[in-house]
Amino acid sequence: MKSGGIRRWTTAALGLATALCANAAWANPHAWQMSLTKGVTPSSHEVYFLFALSFWVCVGIGIVVYGIMIIAMFRFRKSRGAVPAKWHHNATLETVWTIIPVLILAGLAWPASTVLTKMANTSDSQMTIKVTGYQWLWRYDYIDYMGKPVHKVGFESRLAKSSNRARQLGSHYSPWNVVDKQTGYHDYLLNVDHPLVVPVGVKIRFLITGGDVIHSWWVPDLGWKMDAIPGIINAAWAKIDKPGIYRGQCTELCGKDHSAMPIVVKAIPRAQFNQWLTARENAATLNKISRTAKASPGKVQPAGGQG
Amino acid sequence: MAHAAIIDEHEHHGAPKGFVRRWLMSTNHKDIGTMYLIFSCTMFFIGGSFAMLIRGELFEPGMQLMQPYFFNELTTMHGLIMIFGAIMPAFVGLGNWLIPMMVGASDMALPRLNNWSFWLLPVAFIVLLSTFLLPSGAPAGGWTMYPPLTLQMGDTVAFLIFFVHIAGISSIMGAINIIATILNCRAPGMDLLKMPIFVWSWLITAFLLLAVMPVLAGAVTMMLTDKYFGTSFFNAAGGGDPVMYQHIFWFFGHPEVYIMILPAFGIISEIVPTFSRKPLFGYKAMVYALACIAFLSFMVWAHHMFTVGLPVGAELFFMYATMLIAVPTGVKVFNWVATMWGGSLSFETPMLFAIAFIILFTLGGFSGIMLALVPADFQYQDTYFVVAHFHYVLVTGSAFAIMGAVYYWLPKWSGHMYNERMGKWHFWLSVISVNVLYFPQHFLGLAGMPRRIPDYNVAFADFNMISSIGGFVFGAVQLVFVYNIIHCVFFAKEKATARVWEGARGLEWTLPSPAPHHSFTLPPVLDDSQLAHGEAD
Repeated sequence: MKSGGIRRWTTAALGLATALCANAAWANPHAWQMSLTKGVTPSSHEVYFLFALSFWVCVGIGIVVYGIMIIAMFRFRKSRGAVPAKWHHNATLETVWTIIPVLILAGLAWPASTVLTKMANTSDSQMTIKVTGYQWLWRYDYIDYMGKPVHKVGFESRLAKSSNRARQLGSHYSPWNVVDKQTGYHDYLLNVDHPLVVPVGVKIRFLITGGDVIHSWWVPDLGWKMDAIPGIINAAWAKIDKPGIYRGQCTELCGKDHSAMPIVVKAIPRAQFNQWLTARENAATLNKISRTAKASPGKVQPAGGQG
Repeated sequence: MAHAAIIDEHEHHGAPKGFVRRWLMSTNHKDIGTMYLIFSCTMFFIGGSFAMLIRGELFEPGMQLMQPYFFNELTTMHGLIMIFGAIMPAFVGLGNWLIPMMVGASDMALPRLNNWSFWLLPVAFIVLLSTFLLPSGAPAGGWTMYPPLTLQMGDTVAFLIFFVHIAGISSIMGAINIIATILNCRAPGMDLLKMPIFVWSWLITAFLLLAVMPVLAGAVTMMLTDKYFGTSFFNAAGGGDPVMYQHIFWFFGHPEVYIMILPAFGIISEIVPTFSRKPLFGYKAMVYALACIAFLSFMVWAHHMFTVGLPVGAELFFMYATMLIAVPTGVKVFNWVATMWGGSLSFETPMLFAIAFIILFTLGGFSGIMLALVPADFQYQDTYFVVAHFHYVLVTGSAFAIMGAVYYWLPKWSGHMYNERMGKWHFWLSVISVNVLYFPQHFLGLAGMPRRIPDYNVAFADFNMISSIGGFVFGAVQLVFVYNIIHCVFFAKEKATARVWEGARGLEWTLPSPAPHHSFTLPPVLDDSQLAHGEAD
């Protein structure tokens, strides 16, 4: 056991350092990733800071506590002729190691409270999207954008066919061959037919609820997850800094296909998004079928999200 | 001395003859303790075999062994069996064996209740395991049994709820018995603040059990009426609230977490002084820390539900309360280290497990502090980071403490020394493989892998494979443990002395090894220097 603790922490610290350097280049989960993503929103950066801060505080405490233990294990061995002391009490020491942790914890709680308060503030959002979790797909409805209601833009987002084929028990399709053609990303179980299209640089309010059982909507790069609970509408927000495709998954056990209802957020520049939204609104107005289909989640509406 | 009288008593009233009379009708704290421990070990292997299947499916991406729904059945049953079948009964078994010996009593206060609380457990687990044979399958909604998902499972839900009730009654009766024994059966002079820490830890744990098992029973009963009698406690469509279940469940669930760790703290506080040959540092602080942790455990439940959409004020409160628990827990860790400091240390198997406990439980505590920060928890919640966290505190915490306890007291129980060499092999292989198993799960969680999924993106493949390999080794190594116990009890030649360990203090070591069928039929005369923590001050 002697040096096991230190070795483990060193390895973890080195691994983390490597992961940190590599982090900038990656948004989505990648092989050998050992650390949290920094993400692409102001909140996710702050969450990452809290993660790193608390991690290094723990490393520091670990070095001190484990260090003292290891010294004790070497210095006070019976085999080296150590004679046991008789003392078993020290009021000063006990007071010190009660107060110091309180101070350290206060130092962690302070920034955490600040970040939490900011993350909980959904006011002044410029856009609202309603997210509904179903067994086993997500439905997205655009509610308003830049102070104006959005007309009849909503669609379901299901696991992409390529992943669905490869995930069947006894299928001969390898998960390793499920690749996004444009980026080369191995998107097995992290790709959908119709991604959620959002603009960058806009404060988006997400209203999150569940249609049958509890789900949870998580895109690590946005910096949070929020449970999708039937009968309750939860709110959270994100302001995405840069265009890209950000992937996540359902994170509340919701039945047999819990692992097969991914989330893909496609963030595009605002001008491009405006065009996309107008096109979708026009299509909805023209297409009577989609208008009638909108109410029932069982039918899939066309959504031009892939291109 | 009382010894002569005890041995005399033993000859006249030994263990009853005949299997049925000795075991089925047992009212003896040692026999019942043994049955609890055997039961726990059996459940540990059943729950462990489910874990092997889970790690087998997660060995590589894609579905290889089973359908996703069966995977969910396995994760649910693994959790229920390990918590209610392996960890809790092991501590009750240890408490049964040790508390009367430690406080100088002849037996538990309520021996017939003791028999009943044990024999309800096999009944409960037959009910639970029988669900695999039902058309609706075993419960697959997670051990937390959240509605509405769990309500979708068909009639297996009724079996599940019946199981919870029977196991809960068993726990409540066990807790009553332990409280009655500790408060009424102590030898003269065994003041509360002279009791061994293990006894203290169980006294506090028993009160936690009494307080929260009825809460769980209430939660599942509401679920039962929701499913079969048309109520809508947790049904949003009927005006109910699925989140209310989570509040009630975790009001039970968080104290439950401490029910599974406080007796472990007690065990470590017995083992470390023995092998440091030095009294426990800060005995009173240790008792107060236990009480403080137990008290705080009632007001941190919502940290299991930071992502359900609580108001900011509630999240702040539960974050601060949760972080506060680190203070008494830290006191315990510092006191163990201070006990070792200046001692005369030797590293027999129980001490190795105790040291591994301190290091690895603390590691689980570190990830606990990270999880307490609400905004960061938004990222960690329901990922493998959480899985790594609670397996560090429950496997390298509770389970390691139980293993250390078995090695520590087995000579007293059986009258024979276990094989130290085999014990050390068991320890080193376990401690290495368990870290190969759980440490990479931190990385998986941080990289974005949710928990309770049977299949995952290829980015998570490498660490999952490493984790699975560690898991298979860890599982296999436990057979060494069982072999060592069987060998010690039935085949070992080396007789154990009454004291067993040079530095051992406390009343149980004044009894001969193996301990007589009835512990102290005459109250022992207390000698303060024989207390594990030195003279109380």
